[in-house]
Amino acid sequence: MPGLGGRMSTVIKSKISRLLDRAEDPGETLDYGYQKQVEMLQNVKKGIADVVTAKKRLQMQSSKLEQQVVKLDTQARQALSQGNEELARTALERKTLAQTELQSLDQQVNELEAQQVQLTENEKKLRHKIEQFRTKKEVIKAQYSAAEAQVKISEAAHGVGEEMADLGLAMQRAEDKTETMRARASAVEELEAAGTFDDITQLGPGQDDIDRQLQELTSGAQVDDELSKMKAELGQGGGGSPALEQGKENP
Amino acid sequence: MIVRISGEGQFQLPDEDGERLNELDNRAVAAVEQGDETGFHELWSQMLELVARDGNALDDDELVESDVILPPRDIAFAEAKGEFTGEGLIPD
Repeated sequence: MPGLGGRMSTVIKSKISRLLDRAEDPGETLDYGYQKQVEMLQNVKKGIADVVTAKKRLQMQSSKLEQQVVKLDTQARQALSQGNEELARTALERKTLAQTELQSLDQQVNELEAQQVQLTENEKKLRHKIEQFRTKKEVIKAQYSAAEAQVKISEAAHGVGEEMADLGLAMQRAEDKTETMRARASAVEELEAAGTFDDITQLGPGQDDIDRQLQELTSGAQVDDELSKMKAELGQGGGGSPALEQGKENP
Repeated sequence: MIVRISGEGQFQLPDEDGERLNELDNRAVAAVEQGDETGFHELWSQMLELVARDGNALDDDELVESDVILPPRDIAFAEAKGEFTGEGLIPD
C-alpha cells in the first residue's frame, strides 16, 4: 500500500529492523525500550501536571478579574454620585476591558480543561499499553534464553518490535500534545500577567498600553450606555444630586 | 491480513479487505494532496469503520507483525499531510 498505511508501515518496519539489528541480545533492547517508555510516560504525566497548575493559576486570575469588575462598577457609581463623570467613565472603560479579558480567560480555561481530560485519558491508555508490552517482552526473552527455533523468535521479536515502535510513536505524540498544551497555557499566563488591571485609584498620569487602549474605547457605545444607565439608576434612587446634574451636558 | 491501528492494537481482517482498504487509502492520500480536509476525514472514517466491522482484535499475547499499519485514529489533517511532505509521523 503506497498510501497512509503504506507509508506508516514502512516507517515503523524500518524502525523495527534498526531496533533489532542494533542489539546482540534482543532481551536487552526490549528492556531498554521498556525503560524508555516508562520514562516518557513520566514526562507526559509531568506535562499534564503542569497544564493543571497553569489552569489553576488562570482560574485564580479569573476570579480576581471578576472581583475587579465588581469593584470598578462600584467605583464608577461612587464617582458618578459625587459628580465626577470623567472618573466614572474611566472606571467603566476599565470595567469593559476587564469583562472582555474575563471572557477570553474563561474560554481559555475551558479549553485547557477539555485538553487536560483528553491528555489524562491518553496517559491512562498508554500506561496500560506499556504494562502489556512489559509482559510481551518477557515472553520474548524467555523464548530467547530457551534458544528455541531462531525463526520463531525472529517472528515474535518483530511482532514485539512493532509493538515497541508503535508505542514509541504514541508516546511521542502524547509528549508533543502535552508540550503544546503546556506552551499554550503559559502563553496565556504571560498575557494575563502583562495585562493585569490595576486598581483605578492607582491610575496616574504616566500612561501605558492600557491607557492607549482605553482612549480608543473612550467613545465606546457600551461605556456610554452603561454611564447613562447608571445615571438613571442613581437619579431614581437618590433623587439626583446637584453635582450629577452638572455632569450632564446641557444644551 | 493483520492490520494495526497505531496506538490501539492489531486486528485480523479477511484478505479481501486489503483491496478495499488500499482503495480508500489511495483516495485519502489524493484528498490530502488536494487539501480536501473534509474528504480526507470522510475516507479516514470509512477505513476505520471497515477495520471495526470486519476485524477481530488479536489477543494481547499474540506476537505477530502487521501487514499494514494505519496511522493513529485521531490523526490530524496536518499530520496526514506531514506524512507525505516531511519526515513523517515518526521522526528519527
